[in-house]
Amino acid sequence: MYREYRTIEEVAGPLMLVRNVDGVKYDELGEIIMPSGEVRRCRVLEVNGSDVLVQLFESSAGLNLEYSKVRFTGHGVELPVSREMLGRVFNGMGEPIDGGAKLIPEAVRDINGTPINPASRKYPSEFIETGVSTIDGLNTLVRGQKLPIFSGSGLPHANLAAQIARQAKVRGTDEKFAVVFAAIGITFEEADFFISDFKKTGAIDRTVLFINLASDAAIERISTPRMALTAAEYLAFDCNMHVLVIMTDITNYAEALREVSAARKEVPGRRGYPGYLYTDLATMYERAGRREGSTGSITMIPILTMPEDDKTHPIPDLTGYITEGQIILSREIYRKGYLPPVDVLPSLSRLKDKGIGAGRTREDHSGTMNQLFAAYARGKEAKELMVVLGESALTPVERLYAKFSDEFEARYVNQGFYEDRTIEQTLDLGWELLHILPKSEMKRIKPAILEKYW
Amino acid sequence: MTEGRIVKVSGPLVIAEGMREANMFDVVRVGEMNLIGEIIEMHGDRASIQVYEETAGLGRGDRVVSTGAPLSVELGPGLMENIYDGIQRPLVAIKNAVGPNITRGVDLPALDREKKWYFEATAKRGDHVVGGDIYGVVKENEVVRHKIMVPPGTEGEISELLSGYYTVTDPIGKLSKPDGTTEDIIMMQKWPVRVARPYKEKLPPNEPLITGQRNVDSMFPVAKGGTACIPGPFGSGKTVVQHQLAKWSDADFVIYIGCGERGNEMTDVLLEFPEIADPKTGSSLIKRTVLIANTSDMPVAAREASVYTGITIAEYLRDMGCSVAVIADSTSRWAEALREMSGRLEEMPGEEGYPAYLTSRLAQFYERAGMVRCCGSDERIGALTAIGAVSPPGGDISEPVSQATLRIVKVFWGLDSSLAYRRHFPAINWLNSYSLYKDRLAPWYEKNVAADWMAQITEAMRILSAEAELDEIVKLVGIDALSASDRLTLEVAQSIREDFLQQDAMSPDDSYCPPEKQHDLLALILYFRDAASRAISGGADIEAISELAVRERIGRAKSAPTAEYKREFAAIRAEIDAEIASLGGKR
Repeated sequence: MYREYRTIEEVAGPLMLVRNVDGVKYDELGEIIMPSGEVRRCRVLEVNGSDVLVQLFESSAGLNLEYSKVRFTGHGVELPVSREMLGRVFNGMGEPIDGGAKLIPEAVRDINGTPINPASRKYPSEFIETGVSTIDGLNTLVRGQKLPIFSGSGLPHANLAAQIARQAKVRGTDEKFAVVFAAIGITFEEADFFISDFKKTGAIDRTVLFINLASDAAIERISTPRMALTAAEYLAFDCNMHVLVIMTDITNYAEALREVSAARKEVPGRRGYPGYLYTDLATMYERAGRREGSTGSITMIPILTMPEDDKTHPIPDLTGYITEGQIILSREIYRKGYLPPVDVLPSLSRLKDKGIGAGRTREDHSGTMNQLFAAYARGKEAKELMVVLGESALTPVERLYAKFSDEFEARYVNQGFYEDRTIEQTLDLGWELLHILPKSEMKRIKPAILEKYW
Repeated sequence: MTEGRIVKVSGPLVIAEGMREANMFDVVRVGEMNLIGEIIEMHGDRASIQVYEETAGLGRGDRVVSTGAPLSVELGPGLMENIYDGIQRPLVAIKNAVGPNITRGVDLPALDREKKWYFEATAKRGDHVVGGDIYGVVKENEVVRHKIMVPPGTEGEISELLSGYYTVTDPIGKLSKPDGTTEDIIMMQKWPVRVARPYKEKLPPNEPLITGQRNVDSMFPVAKGGTACIPGPFGSGKTVVQHQLAKWSDADFVIYIGCGERGNEMTDVLLEFPEIADPKTGSSLIKRTVLIANTSDMPVAAREASVYTGITIAEYLRDMGCSVAVIADSTSRWAEALREMSGRLEEMPGEEGYPAYLTSRLAQFYERAGMVRCCGSDERIGALTAIGAVSPPGGDISEPVSQATLRIVKVFWGLDSSLAYRRHFPAINWLNSYSLYKDRLAPWYEKNVAADWMAQITEAMRILSAEAELDEIVKLVGIDALSASDRLTLEVAQSIREDFLQQDAMSPDDSYCPPEKQHDLLALILYFRDAASRAISGGADIEAISELAVRERIGRAKSAPTAEYKREFAAIRAEIDAEIASLGGKR
């Protein structure tokens, strides 16, 4: 069996130094046996001669240098996976906490995964109908995309995520669909909101939940999203299911990472976050996608709260550089009472162009989308001008644009969390709103399409 | 062969002892899985090694073996249409060997050793050759005639050389060297990636790289052999601009380095390029393209190597006397990889944690671009254009990577998120972007496209900067306070922005715009300006002019198919004349 060491030398924050070990490998999973017999887990962060630096996944409370023992397991952090995970609830380290039977694993996977070979990725192009106009119509989501929600404290991002999970479908198919939900350091109430929403709609039977609450060990959060993604990969690529992964809140994850980095006294990057935050986030986000050899897919919606609503903060900033677009929530729209409060202009879906148009949504989608964006942007500019100079300073056309932008927010953006609009309803609504403007302003729409739908 | 033992593992950094006899920058194989690494520091008999693969599972006492050679790339037939990782491992072959995910320790040659190419000798027995001379050619695909060159530093007399079907490592002949020895000639060369390939002399660039992008060719052109950068926050369309340049540049070869970027973007290139016809050859674009992919989930140390791998392949292709474009997306990720390794080496950090040598490394990379007289006796000219994307945190270009890059490159295409929000694409800000090649390239444009090229561009820039000033006034006192001619300037500037600068990458007729069409389109807008300006001095109403129906037709002019745009433009001019005249009549 594995050797046990009683040579713990130092414990500081989430880190522990063990001396005089032999044959321990980098990134290996270790187990700390407490004097009480309780077992806690840890991971090797650095091998330096006969010393190893390990990172604890749980609190260090009660750890005793004299009597605690460490043993190393000879493998990395792993998650037993199985189809039976659907409908179950796990803690942040992948242990069932719903009181159900023990899982009989079909496979055991390393939670770090391996990079997908770019030569074997399949390009995401299947339109997912979320029933939300601002997403379907303007920032279309496709299967295998990673599209984060950038939110702020006090904004209803949870409701939007739940709405997407509830309504998302690919039309004309009845393929197997699953949700993997990772709660990363969120409050009980927020987690409970999701769970009860999933229960209410019956979605719970096709959902796997990984819950790390705010009261759980912060350091456990580093594993939680990877546990969830490992389960998602198994369901998607081994069981050929279409998996929607919702992870909330990435900001808590990044903070846990910063805690470990600071304890290691690493040279910090921006705002104290480690220089490898980009790489670290990318190894999670890039696990979304579709690949050859499987019909399944992983579509990812990470949620993060931007500190002070600042989009240039390292977490949203680096996320935006990795993900394929972003849905940004706006406090201003929220204050107007419009739900979901999506800030249309800075939101973006990079993969929309391959997912829309004739045969996927409708031929007029691309043109109307660009026209709505342009018109809304112009309308908002006109309104700004109006604030400074008064309405009389606007040209008649600009006044129409200002009216358009008001109507657009009140009817297109505002739909509530329980209205499920089909893509046709969304597109028709777009046309209806565009009628506020003169036909000659429709410069972004191809003449043939304009004639047919105007 | 030095063999040592691991004493420390920290992420991608491994320290091994017993390595006294190894050389700096030697490639080493690490552990039981034979992971690939490179020695980056030596302290006594301890070598610091950056490992290009995930290091989980390595521990003290594991074996490290030096290969005695620096990190090198294989150069020869078979490069085209291929996709490699950061250290030139063939990703398609890896997929076929180990499945859709990349596992560790895969060892496959970069160039297919089985495939036989037809080598056609152009040199003959008895010829005296030096490095850079050409032995013969291999028709690699319908577009690429791959010249087989004498490796730099080699000299001798050909004692045997035969055309025929060979693999890249088969002997195709024999060379008698001046020291009396003979050696086999093979098609494949190896070259260390951190060393620039030699050339005879560098020449000042004087010809534009035609990209078919109006913002680039007309407004901020880059020369063949020049350097350019595209900084921009996320969502500003950096990648689309890069893809457009890779697609439409009139270079003979394009090397696209996806450095720490999204996996799906590389897949997009892989799937899309074979479908697109090259405007120059009519054949598919992928035939002249080499892809280097180190996506953001692939090991970070290989990211540092990927830009060198890419530019070394580019230099080899340049040495054939060709024009090559290297497009690196994104150099910020490369700099971050440097920073991560520097941190692990416990070096003293410079600005924002980046190592103090960041600027010099960046400069070394961009200096490998240029127009050169190649090695060899036939005085060929080759050009290597380097274009790098920069991803400044928060879009703020005061950060070290952007600033270091701007000090080196000659062209700056600044992307602006406020333009992107308005869906003005490409979101290149016309007020703060610049090209230092503009004047040098003017004679070429004036000779090859139109004599008034520069004059027209200068006029357009003048109108755009006038707009920026007038906008300030409008914000203060409203549009009614402006004179009719100022309001016309605003209308024309809007037309230049929307009808000329905006270019739709998705539209088949607008994605590539040849220089002549660029010129004629701008001329059309200025023609309208002149006609309208005359009408205003004749007393016409500016409101009426801004509502003319022809303006919408000008707006659609850019998407007129290239083959028949001239007729359409002429028709629009006639309509401008007619409508402006009718204004005069009504009054």
